[in-house]
Amino acid sequence: MNRLKHAITGITGSGILAGLAFVLAGSLHAAPAFAADPIRIGDINSYKRLPAHTIPYKMGVELAIEEINAEGGVLGRPLELVSRDDAGKPGEAVKIAEELISKDRVALISGTLFSHIGLALTSFAGEKKVLYVAAEPLADALVWANGNRYTFRLRPSTYMQASMLAREAAKNPAKRWATIAPNYAYGKDAVAAFKKVLTAIRPDVEFVAEQWPGLFKIDAGAEVQALAAAEPEAIYNVTFGGDLAKFVREGKLRGLFEDRLVVGLLTGEPEYLDPLKGEAPEGWLVTGYPWYDIDTPEHAAFLAAYQGKYDDYPRIGSIVGYNTMLTVAALITRAGSTDTEAMVDALEGLSFDAPTGPITFRALDHQSTMGAYVGWTTLEDGRGKMVDWTYMDGADHFPPDDEVRAMRPSS
Amino acid sequence: MNDLGFYLVQALTGLSSASALFLVASGLSIIFGVTRVVNFAHGSFYMLGAYIAYTFVERLGGALGFWAAVLLAGVAVGAIGVVVELLILRRVYQAPELFQLVATFGVILVIQDLALLTWGAEDLFGPAAPGLEGTVNILGTRLPEYDLALIALSLVVLGALTLLFHRTRWGTLVRAATEDREMVGALGVNQSWLFTGTFFLGSMLAGLGGAAQLPKGGADLLMDFNILAAVFVVVVVGGMGSIPGAFLAAVLISELGAFGILVIPQSTLVLMFVVMAVVLIFRPWGLLGRPEAPGQHGQVGPPEPPLRPPGPRLRAAGLLLLAVLLALPAFADDFTLVLAVEIAIMALFAASLHFAMGPGGMVSFGHAAFFGGGAYAAALLVKYAGSPMEVALLFAPAMAGVLALLFGWFCVRLTGVYLAMLTLAFAQVGWSIVFQWGEVTGGDDGILGIWPSEWASNRLAFYYLSMLASAGGILALQYVLHSPFGYAMRACRDSVVRSASIGIDVRRQQWFAFAFSGALAGLAGGLFVFSKGSVFPDEMSIPRSFDALIMVLLGGVKTVLGPLAGAVTFTWLQDEIGRLEYWRFVLGALIIAIVVAFPQGIAGFLRARLGPWFGVREMEA
Amino acid sequence: MTPLLEVRGLSRAFGGVQAVDDVGFTLDRGRLLALIGPNGAGKTTCFNIINGQLAPDRGSIRFAGREIVGLAPHRIWRLGVGRTFQITATYPSMTVCENVQMALLSHHRRLYSFRGRAAAQYRDEALDLLARVDMAEQEDRACSVLAYGDLKRVELAVALANAPSLLLMDEPTAGMSPRERLELMRLTAAIVSERDIAVLFTEHDMDVVFRHADHILVLDRGKLIAGGAPEAVRSDPRVRAVYLGSEADAGA
Repeated sequence: MNRLKHAITGITGSGILAGLAFVLAGSLHAAPAFAADPIRIGDINSYKRLPAHTIPYKMGVELAIEEINAEGGVLGRPLELVSRDDAGKPGEAVKIAEELISKDRVALISGTLFSHIGLALTSFAGEKKVLYVAAEPLADALVWANGNRYTFRLRPSTYMQASMLAREAAKNPAKRWATIAPNYAYGKDAVAAFKKVLTAIRPDVEFVAEQWPGLFKIDAGAEVQALAAAEPEAIYNVTFGGDLAKFVREGKLRGLFEDRLVVGLLTGEPEYLDPLKGEAPEGWLVTGYPWYDIDTPEHAAFLAAYQGKYDDYPRIGSIVGYNTMLTVAALITRAGSTDTEAMVDALEGLSFDAPTGPITFRALDHQSTMGAYVGWTTLEDGRGKMVDWTYMDGADHFPPDDEVRAMRPSS
Repeated sequence: MNDLGFYLVQALTGLSSASALFLVASGLSIIFGVTRVVNFAHGSFYMLGAYIAYTFVERLGGALGFWAAVLLAGVAVGAIGVVVELLILRRVYQAPELFQLVATFGVILVIQDLALLTWGAEDLFGPAAPGLEGTVNILGTRLPEYDLALIALSLVVLGALTLLFHRTRWGTLVRAATEDREMVGALGVNQSWLFTGTFFLGSMLAGLGGAAQLPKGGADLLMDFNILAAVFVVVVVGGMGSIPGAFLAAVLISELGAFGILVIPQSTLVLMFVVMAVVLIFRPWGLLGRPEAPGQHGQVGPPEPPLRPPGPRLRAAGLLLLAVLLALPAFADDFTLVLAVEIAIMALFAASLHFAMGPGGMVSFGHAAFFGGGAYAAALLVKYAGSPMEVALLFAPAMAGVLALLFGWFCVRLTGVYLAMLTLAFAQVGWSIVFQWGEVTGGDDGILGIWPSEWASNRLAFYYLSMLASAGGILALQYVLHSPFGYAMRACRDSVVRSASIGIDVRRQQWFAFAFSGALAGLAGGLFVFSKGSVFPDEMSIPRSFDALIMVLLGGVKTVLGPLAGAVTFTWLQDEIGRLEYWRFVLGALIIAIVVAFPQGIAGFLRARLGPWFGVREMEA
Repeated sequence: MTPLLEVRGLSRAFGGVQAVDDVGFTLDRGRLLALIGPNGAGKTTCFNIINGQLAPDRGSIRFAGREIVGLAPHRIWRLGVGRTFQITATYPSMTVCENVQMALLSHHRRLYSFRGRAAAQYRDEALDLLARVDMAEQEDRACSVLAYGDLKRVELAVALANAPSLLLMDEPTAGMSPRERLELMRLTAAIVSERDIAVLFTEHDMDVVFRHADHILVLDRGKLIAGGAPEAVRSDPRVRAVYLGSEADAGA
């Protein structure tokens, strides 16, 4: 109970009763905005639906804001985060976005993890002419089929990450592939992109089985058996979170991974690899975030600051959150104001250096060139790690420009 | 690979997945059978079982420690169930039927945040069961030893429950109470202790289920909702209150799942709901269930007073409210208008559900099918036919009405909780079609860019449009309630035999009433799309159905103004509390407090206090 | 002339129990026919079959010359068969008057009408019917708060709403005081003669039966064992043996 009380105290400045009083009074006074006060950033994320991912995200965001403000803020004004939970519902996210814009007077909206929530905000941003910097949602449609002038994305998309893996996987002689992916848009996109890139390089491969467990409802034993029955030489895994844990345990027990190449999208991210502890899979080709081994000075500084502030190590969410705020600071600096049109113009083609390397927001489709780390999993001291990894620049993993142009709506 | 071995192992794998499902479902079935509480928090008990067992396993260690931890977790969760029963549910047994489920919904929210605080955000990977880490070789295919242990566990529990119910006095009482509650009262049994004991047993089974599946997965914060729908399906397919039925259904659904994915790998989302729909159509009380006693539904507690036209003061109050809404843009900020639009849409949605479940006596757990159906109808028409908003807003209720006609034709053949569960099954089938059929519906990437026509695109115009449509819809529901059609629907709820013997075709009357309710839910859905600019399968999902259910029950199912009070309270509270970090805890606690304070719902409470002044007549003593 | 109601060879079993076994009789307008027998003799089953709630295993029921086996209750009602129940079935959430109006709305085929307030339609007709059963004064009370005897009279008014030619009354006086019983049956008899309708009723109270029935049928374990005018039935030794012997002595 103490921890809970503490948490609520942290927000309202007093105990639970005051919290309720705040609730009752909240609607009566909308906070006024003054010209000289902080630049407010509207942050929306699924803090309760998937906290394992979104809490590190927010920690990264807060670290960046602290550092930016310590150096005098942006345009002489400090950044201030107004953070809201979208409850994992797109309709709720749109309502909160309206509230952040009209009540909290934020300069722009950033954040979000789930693709469908990102897409809802994409639609909202396009209609209401609000700048939306999507941090983590992976759906390709966000900047392509449903892209618009006001929406930008930082994290490498499903297509980009699948493409990175497929190019590495193509080097393996395996011809018979099976896939397993959660039964929703992200899973389908991830499988489609992987197939497209892999078969383009290796016309000789065939896909012999596809399994589609419900998201977070995997019946792992049965799925593992179904994959084994197809006798593939290689397996492409898109499951993550609890599904991944169950899949790995059943797969190991039932010998599914023996003498087979396994490729895992996002499997190397600490959020998903670390909970597996000593049972983390070995020898999988994965995308992830080997924070422990990245020895660029920029990343070392980030790591030191992060561990200093939190007494914890960063996850992929942390670095994405950190980079998101770097993006926000850079774009406002370049725009010279918080006028939406000026900010949009500034963000198109914006380049800056992040702990993960240089990032450019492409004017063509508003996707950043932030890349991903691709490598092999191994066990070390009872925990999963990535070894032999390389940082793949996102810029190398786009479809041709005219293809992208054709996908984006003309208006 | 040996084919026979493969199929055998697949069958055993299915049986082992059935195990946790059976444990949790049997608990829910027992609780429902005796107390008639539809316990939404049962999934939370399952989740707590997993977390508590995880903690115990870490402390105790060893093979003995593992099994001791599983048992202790079961007992601990049983105790938590007792606390919930004693502190909350006991106070609201006399409330209108299903009202208790609002309280259990509050419990879900509270437990979610407490679990997050206690065990942290990261998934906990379950430890392997000591001594059972390996596999056995069955005709060349490997099967984890723990799968066999799970199968054994479920058989032991089935046997133990059978003994308990047939060989002990307490068990006999539980069975008697499941079959006929009146009789237990007549036997002079201390009913409250029977209820408490039932809650202990039911919760313990849920906790045990959560604990026992640790080596198959672990503990995470999404477990509660992830198992809830499956458990309800098992209980309903098996027949509510029947333990052997729950076992049979768990096995049936797990085996169909295990083999279904071999044939249609995409079937994972929808299969169990199709099974439930088929079973309910052919066996309306589940595989091994019994018909419910007639007249048990919507009739608990004091009878409803006759409908009266609103008195002059109430009319004046209504006009005043309309005047305030009309003038609101003059003094409210932009976001207040956005929130008012959302509340109005939700009020219409809740009112449409109330029409069916209150005066209509047809409880729907799947009303989001029509809300989402309307939303998708509008969005698809705009997307593919380039239709203007005005046409789409008419198309939404029309198509939702057609959908409700289709589903309703099957649903009105059932009554009570079975009817409710069949609506849920259809809603889930609808949801999975929308979710899966990405080429047309965009799947879970939804349909984007559905915005109002030019004239209605500014906040003010859209505010007036949605107020007009929502208020119009709510008034239409009121008007119909007082019309011969509405009276005939209420007649069918009050007495089926009387209605049939004055020439009312009961099913047809209910069928059309259900469709009318669905059509207005569709209107709400249509408005919703244009207010958000996009639509996703979420709008057809179970949580969306629950929203409406909570609003209606919170407001008071036996009052005409209940859905309005519920929609205003729930939507506004959610928005205000949403700013807090632990908003789920606060919202859950508030819901529980409201439930305990106003067992007749908010509007029921207000009517008792303010009704006389407004000329609302209460029942004669 | 064809009888109003003609029942032939009616049979229905539940599990292994033959609840109604080859029952047959006729009933003409203007007559009160009583169906009696000990508990479980099959009276209510017989009623439920005639009114369409239950399907018979075998047999034929002709109403005004038309076969009605297989018709749903609401269709049989439209042909002119009214019904009251052993345990009263009224609408507790409606007023007395609305209960009768509901039947009138159905009679006038207004069930699917969205027009107008139901409570304002056919009100005068309903009040007339209530006046006939002496319930007009309580027309605005909720049915859920009425005394049992009053409910029975409301049911009678409801059953008369579609001007039926046959009334099925299952234990019309159960739960009433002896004085109320005789009053209700006197009222029923008066209605029968003034409207020239037929009544088929079951009854436990032998006083009521022998005083008001024109004709009596005795049912035992599903079979008709006797039938005729009250005097004939009263003296029938078989009836005395299976039925009156036990019940009459107990002072029913």
